[in-house]
Amino acid sequence: MTIPQLSIFIENRSGTLITVLNVLKQAGIQIIASTIADTAEYGIYRLICSEPMRACEELKKAGVAVALSGVFALEIDDQPGRAADAVKTFSEAGISITYMYSFLLRGKGILVFRTDDNDHAAAVITSNQLKTIDESALTALV
Amino acid sequence: MIWNPNKECMSRDEMSALQGKRLHKIVEYVYHNVPFYRNKLQELDIRPDDIQTIEDIKKLPFTTKKDLRDNYPFGLQAAPQSQIIRIHASSGTTGNPTIVGYTRKDIGVWSECMARCLTAYGVTRDDIFSVAYGYGLFTGGLGAHYGVEHIGASCIPAGTGNTEKHLKLIRDLGITGLACTPSYALYLAETMDKLGIRKEDIKLRVGAFGAEPWTENMRQEIQERLGLKGYNIYGLSEVMGPSVSYECQMQHGSHICEDHFYPEIINPVTLEPLPAGQSGELVFTTLTKEGMPVLRYRTRDLCSLLPGTCDCGRTAVRMSRIEGRSDDMLIIRGINVFPSQVESVVLSMPEFAPRYMLVVDRVNNLDTLQVQVEIRQEFFTGVFDTPAAVDQLEKKLAAKLKSVLSIAAKVQLKAPGTIERSQGKSAHVIDKRKL
Ligand SMILES: [Zn+2]
Repeated sequence: MTIPQLSIFIENRSGTLITVLNVLKQAGIQIIASTIADTAEYGIYRLICSEPMRACEELKKAGVAVALSGVFALEIDDQPGRAADAVKTFSEAGISITYMYSFLLRGKGILVFRTDDNDHAAAVITSNQLKTIDESALTALV
Repeated sequence: MIWNPNKECMSRDEMSALQGKRLHKIVEYVYHNVPFYRNKLQELDIRPDDIQTIEDIKKLPFTTKKDLRDNYPFGLQAAPQSQIIRIHASSGTTGNPTIVGYTRKDIGVWSECMARCLTAYGVTRDDIFSVAYGYGLFTGGLGAHYGVEHIGASCIPAGTGNTEKHLKLIRDLGITGLACTPSYALYLAETMDKLGIRKEDIKLRVGAFGAEPWTENMRQEIQERLGLKGYNIYGLSEVMGPSVSYECQMQHGSHICEDHFYPEIINPVTLEPLPAGQSGELVFTTLTKEGMPVLRYRTRDLCSLLPGTCDCGRTAVRMSRIEGRSDDMLIIRGINVFPSQVESVVLSMPEFAPRYMLVVDRVNNLDTLQVQVEIRQEFFTGVFDTPAAVDQLEKKLAAKLKSVLSIAAKVQLKAPGTIERSQGKSAHVIDKRKL
């Protein structure tokens, strides 16, 4: 039910982000969505991309601190209020969203998020018949 | 195996008598050949005949690195230039380098000490031994090289450059021995991983590691990754070079070639000699050197002496690991902090690479200590998708540092490979305080 996300440790120095992006460019990896959780000294760069396994290997070879983890990707209508409805469902189930970001895919909004209880969240998604996208939907895109 | 049992296993009484005899001779020698020492001895009203036994050494003046610099280049040289066959220069971060000239006999003594050292490690003429210390002005390369040749092993003068080619030789030639800095040994291990060379592919069995401080944890890591037994080797160019002391199979303290280099431990503040077993600053007097003898040279290295016969059979006194430098000692918020303390903590946590940097600053009249460490790639897993997870790891290290240092340190996590590796003496401190 989840899609792979890359988490990359990036120091707050000039040149560190471009190093990562250049590795992806040379490997022909397409970035679909990304966000940086930044602190005063470093950031965690989260990335949804084509061929995440290969992207992770290429980055590791380049010496980058990178890891793969699973995140939910919920498809919602591209209309006002839909994100609020989705989050409300989890909130009512007592699930906290650890982080969230979004992007547009074929006229649909995609909410990417991780929760403090992914098993519970998966059950909520199933029982509420919420629509998630899987890795193949992303692969079809690029 | 013991290269020179006559000297390495001499009874304490015989050794003291030999040291006393040699001390008298060396004082007489410098009195007549080095104006710097003659002036110092005259100021203290000491004549060479006042020095008869090794206990008399307490009467002699100390020599410091500054004395060596102030008398640049040849002021402390005792032998005429025609007798000097080699000159080394130690790296000086400030001011003049230290120039050390060696006579043919000095080079012979050095090779002898190096032979004792290699033999203690179990190296024989059947070994192929690679010297990966810097060749050139630094004493590491040539010092080790002459010792390897002296025992008749096959010497590979690898030096520090071209690590990949060196690894190819280690594998293809079946090199069994290696001398280099411990940080370079780890760099070799990393390069092996990169090239896909496994420790089963190589035949290294003995490593002589020195020229920079290292810890027991670092030894475990090097031994595990290179598949060898790693021994400490200690030395300094002002006294000779590598092999002033060396570990034996017991790996418990380094035996000092004390028939040539007489060790003392002093309180670095009061300069009073300390009783055996106590930690303090290591001081050496060269007992046989002709080129540039030194009396009571203050090494700035902090350690203790371990007396008593070793389980290996040697009676030569042992020195502990270097615990720090009397001039590296940082005083942060009134507390003495040694970079080696930070090192031992960093090395005890597998999440971090064996590299670190201390950044000391003063903010609003309060000293701050920041410790930078690199996360190891294989420990950066999917759980680190939030800063909170990274902060937790930083806090774990900070808590351990606090318990060892007694002061709080802020931990800053760095990306893999971003803290500079050292190939010589390590530089682990940036002190930004303007005092
Ligand atoms: Zn021993």
